[in-house]
Amino acid sequence: MTTSLDYVNPRVRAIRVSTQSFLQNLAHQITQNMTQGGQKPLKGVIDLSSGDPHRAGMKPVSFVRQVLAVCLYPHLLQDKIFSLDVKLRAQRLLQICEGQSLGSYTASSGLHHIRQTIADFITKRDAGISANPRNVFISSGAQRALMVVVKLLSSGEGQTQTGILTPQPCPYTLPPLLDEAGVLAVPYRLMEERGWALDLNQLRQALDSARGGCNPRAIYISNPGNPTGHVQDRNSIQEVIQLATAEKLLLLVDEVYQDSVYGQNTEFLSYKKVLFEMGQEFSETVELVSFHSLSCASVAECGLRAGYMEAVNIDPDVMKVFDTMLCTDISAPTTGQLALDLMLNPPGPGDPSYDTHAQELLLTRTVLTRNAQRALEVLNDLPGFSCQPAMGGIYLYPSVKLPAGIREQAEMLELGADVFYCQKLLEEERLLLGAGQDSGEAGSHHFRLCVLVPTYVLEDALHRLSAFHLHLMGHHTVAGRNVKGKAGCSSQSGLTCVQPTTV
Amino acid sequence: LNSSSPVFLNGVTCRGKVLTLDSMNPNVRRVEYAVRGPIVQRAVQIEKELREGVKKPFTEVIKANIGDAHAMGQKPITFFRQVLALCSYPDLLEDNKFPEDAKKRARRILDACGGHSIGAYSASQGIECIRQDVARYIEKRDGGIPSNPDNIYLSTGASDAIVTMLKLLVCGEGRDRTGVMISIPQYPLYSAALADLGAVQINYYLDEDKCWGLDVTELRRALNAAKQHCKPRVLCIINPGNPTGQVQSRECIEDVIRFAKEENLFLMADEVYQDNVYAKGCKFHSFKKVLFEMGPEYSSSLEMASFHSTSKCYMGECGFRGGYMEVLNMDPEVKAQLTKLVSVRLCPPVSGQAMLDLVVNPPLPDEPSYASYLKERTAVLAALAEKSHLTEEMFNTVPGITCNPVQGAMYTFPRITLPQKAIAKAQEEGQAPDMLYCMKLLEEEGICLVPGSGFGQKEGTFHFRMTILPPTEKLKVVLQKIRDFHLRFTQEFS
Repeated sequence: MTTSLDYVNPRVRAIRVSTQSFLQNLAHQITQNMTQGGQKPLKGVIDLSSGDPHRAGMKPVSFVRQVLAVCLYPHLLQDKIFSLDVKLRAQRLLQICEGQSLGSYTASSGLHHIRQTIADFITKRDAGISANPRNVFISSGAQRALMVVVKLLSSGEGQTQTGILTPQPCPYTLPPLLDEAGVLAVPYRLMEERGWALDLNQLRQALDSARGGCNPRAIYISNPGNPTGHVQDRNSIQEVIQLATAEKLLLLVDEVYQDSVYGQNTEFLSYKKVLFEMGQEFSETVELVSFHSLSCASVAECGLRAGYMEAVNIDPDVMKVFDTMLCTDISAPTTGQLALDLMLNPPGPGDPSYDTHAQELLLTRTVLTRNAQRALEVLNDLPGFSCQPAMGGIYLYPSVKLPAGIREQAEMLELGADVFYCQKLLEEERLLLGAGQDSGEAGSHHFRLCVLVPTYVLEDALHRLSAFHLHLMGHHTVAGRNVKGKAGCSSQSGLTCVQPTTV
Repeated sequence: LNSSSPVFLNGVTCRGKVLTLDSMNPNVRRVEYAVRGPIVQRAVQIEKELREGVKKPFTEVIKANIGDAHAMGQKPITFFRQVLALCSYPDLLEDNKFPEDAKKRARRILDACGGHSIGAYSASQGIECIRQDVARYIEKRDGGIPSNPDNIYLSTGASDAIVTMLKLLVCGEGRDRTGVMISIPQYPLYSAALADLGAVQINYYLDEDKCWGLDVTELRRALNAAKQHCKPRVLCIINPGNPTGQVQSRECIEDVIRFAKEENLFLMADEVYQDNVYAKGCKFHSFKKVLFEMGPEYSSSLEMASFHSTSKCYMGECGFRGGYMEVLNMDPEVKAQLTKLVSVRLCPPVSGQAMLDLVVNPPLPDEPSYASYLKERTAVLAALAEKSHLTEEMFNTVPGITCNPVQGAMYTFPRITLPQKAIAKAQEEGQAPDMLYCMKLLEEEGICLVPGSGFGQKEGTFHFRMTILPPTEKLKVVLQKIRDFHLRFTQEFS
C-alpha cells in the first residue's frame, strides 16, 4: 500500500473522534435499517443533538428564500408572486455580483457590498460604535473563519505550543478544530451552579496551570453560551477583557447566537461594544476577533455555509494574511454571502414583506422561549436531572446523575456513561441528544438538546426521553437509594402521550 | 502605572500585539496565491479610480486573470438555475412556469435534505443520493467501470478536496518529509497548500516545445533529485492542464500511471476541465478509465484521488463552490481518517451539492428540458473552442510572443520574449520581469493578466496566463491591445 496509517499526517490522526460523529452515524444506520423494508418507519429519529433547526422542521425565513430564488433564476423578476421589495433587493444583489450572476467568484474576503452591510449592522447593533468593512471577513461558515485565526495563532511545540483557553463545556465543533490546527485546548470551568457563568478565578487558574506546559495566546468565549445558554452581563465581559489585557491574550468571541437572547432582563452585549465603552486604554489595544454566521437562531441557514469575523485591533499585516488564507477557498459560496445581507439587512417597516418577516421572526422567538421553558420544567422533573435555565442560545444543557449500574455497563463497553446513555436512548426511543463533556462531580453527566425545533417535535422528544429515563431509573438505584419508576406516561409536568410521528 | 497597564510612550500606546507577522504560524507566511496577488489588487484599485472619475487610457479593467466564466458574461444553464430556485423556495413547485423535469429533480434533492431544506446541515461527506448520482455519472462517463458512492466525497469546490487530500498525506520530518510532485507551470493553489502544510514541493517540468507535454523521463529526473531531501509520496497532475491547457494523450496517462505504481506514489488527478477540450485529435481520458483498462495489476493497487467541480466546463458555476473527489484503493484505516478530517469543517454548502447533482444528472434525451440544455451547453463549448483557436492564431502573429495550441481548459500561457533592458529594470526593482510586463499592461491598457512567475516556469523564460473567457468580440480587442502593447514594450526597452 502506498498509503497507510503510518503515513497519515499525525496532526490529522490526533484529531479526536467526536462523540457527535459516532452518535450521528448510529442514528443514520438506524434510519437506514428502518427504511430498508420500504415501509415508512413508525417512529422516525428525532435529532436534537446538533443546532440544526431546519432539519427538525423549523421553516426558513420567506424573505431570504424568495430573494435567493430570484437571484438564482432572474427570470423570476417577471413573476407576479414576488413582492416588489423582494425583486428590488434581488436586483440590487445581482448588480454587485460579477457578471450579475451568483455563479461568479467574489473577492476572497467577500463581496464588498455585503461586508458593508455587515459593518452597518454591527455599527447599529453597537449603538454607533462604527465598524469598518475592511475589518470584516466573510467565510464559508464561522467555523472556517475561526480556523483561519486559530491557524495563524498556531505555532511551537511542547512548552511553546500555542494554547487557547476554552470554556468547559464548549461547542462540540471546537475541539476537533483545535486538534486540526495543532493548538492545545486549555479548559476553564464554567460555573454550573451559577447558570454556567464565567468565573475569573477559573480563568486565572486555567491560565496559571497552562503556563509552563504551553504558550497560552488566546481566550475563546462563546456568548451567548453554546451549549449552556448563559449570557454574560457587562461586568463579566469587562472582567474577561481586563484579564486579556493584563495577560496579553487575544480574544476569540463566538457570538453566533446573539439574536436569540430571551431571558428575562437579559440583553446581548457584544464584546466590541463593552470594549469600546471601557475607554481608550482597552479599546485601542485589546485584540479581538468576533464571529457570527447564518447558522444562528433567526435564519438557521446552516447548509448555506456563510459567516464572518470582525477583527478589532488586529495588526493590518495580519489582516492581509487573513485574506490570503481565504484565497485558498477562493471565495465563500455566493448564495451564503447574499443570505448574510438578507439576514442582517431585513425588510423595514413599510416594505411589503415586512409584516410577514416580522411575524416569522416573532414566531421563531416565541417557539424558542416557550420550548426552553417547557423543556426546563420537564427535565427538572425527571429523577436525577437538573437543568440550569438558559438565557439565550438554542440549547439546554441539563446534568444528570446516572446510577452506578449504567456507569458500570458503559465502562465495560469502554464508552463514556453519557455516550452510552445517548446510544441506548437512540436505539430504544429513536431520540438523539448530544453527549456533553464531563465537567462535574463524579457520576454527573450532561446532555445537550436543541430546543429550537417545532413544538410538537419537542413534546414528542420530551415524551420519549421521559419514558426512557423513567424506565431506566425504575431498574436502577441512585447512590443506594431506590428510585420508584413513575408508571405510564403521566408525570407532574403533565405530559400527554403524543402520537408517534414520522420524521 | 502598574505592571498590567499598557506602556505609554510620547502619549501613544506602545504595546506589542499578540498576533503579528513575526509571532504567527511560520508556515502561513510562505503562502501566496498569484491568481489574486498584487496585480489583482492593483486592478481592483484602478477600477475604484475609474469609478471615481479618474481619467485613464481605458474605460474598464478587463480581468482576464481568473477562470471565472460568468464574470466575463457567460450565461448559466437555465435548467440548473430553475432547479436551484425551486430548492431555495419550494412554493415555486406550484408554479407552472417550471418544467416537470426541473421539479422532479428539486423534489428529489429536497427529499434528501434534513427537514426538506437546503438550510439544514448535510452529512459531512455530502448528501447520500447526490454521491450516488456522482457515482453513476462516473460509471457512465467511464464506459461502465463501477464507482462506489462510499468513495465519493463532496466538497466546497475541488480546491477543498485537493487541500484535504494533501493535508491527509503530509507527514514526516526533515528528510522523511512528504514530497509532492506538481507540474511546472502549475495552478498556484497547489504551491500555496504545500507551503501552508510545510510539505516539500517537487517540480516536474512540462515541455513547452512539445505542446506542454509530460515526459516520464522528466518525472523520473525530478523524483530522483527529490529523494535526496524528502520522501516523495504524491504525484499531482492537472488534466486538462492549468495554466497550460494541454490535454494529455492516452499513452501519456498510461505512462504516468505506470510511473506512479513503480514509485509507490499516490496519484491526484485534477480533472475539473474534463469537458473543456477543443483541439482536433485531443480527447479527455479520465485517469480512472485508463487505469482500469490497464488491467487489475494496476486498477486494484494504484491509489488515487480524482477531482471535479461545478466551476468550469460548460456551467462555470464557481460561486456555488460545488465539487467532489473520488478515492480509489485507499487503505480503509486511512479512509477513516479522511472521513474524520472532512467532518471538522461540518459540511460542504448544500446549494453547491445541489448544483453538482445537476451537473452529474442533467436532463436526459427524453426529458422536456433536454433540447434547451443541450443547446446552451453546446453553444458555450463551441464559443470556447472558437476563442481558443482565435487566441492561438493571434498571439502567434506577434513577434516575441509564441503560443502553444490551447488544447483545453480555459487559458492561454504564451511565452513572451523580453528585452534585456526590461529584465534588468525589473531586477533593479526587485520584481519578476513578467510581473513588470503585466503591471505595465494593466496600467496602460486596463487588461489584467497573471505573470507566468506566479505559476512557475523554466528559468530564463517568461509567460503570462490569460483566460479565453471574455466574449469573442471583446477578446479580439484584448488580443489586439496585447499585441500593440507587446510591440511598444519591446520598442521602449530596446
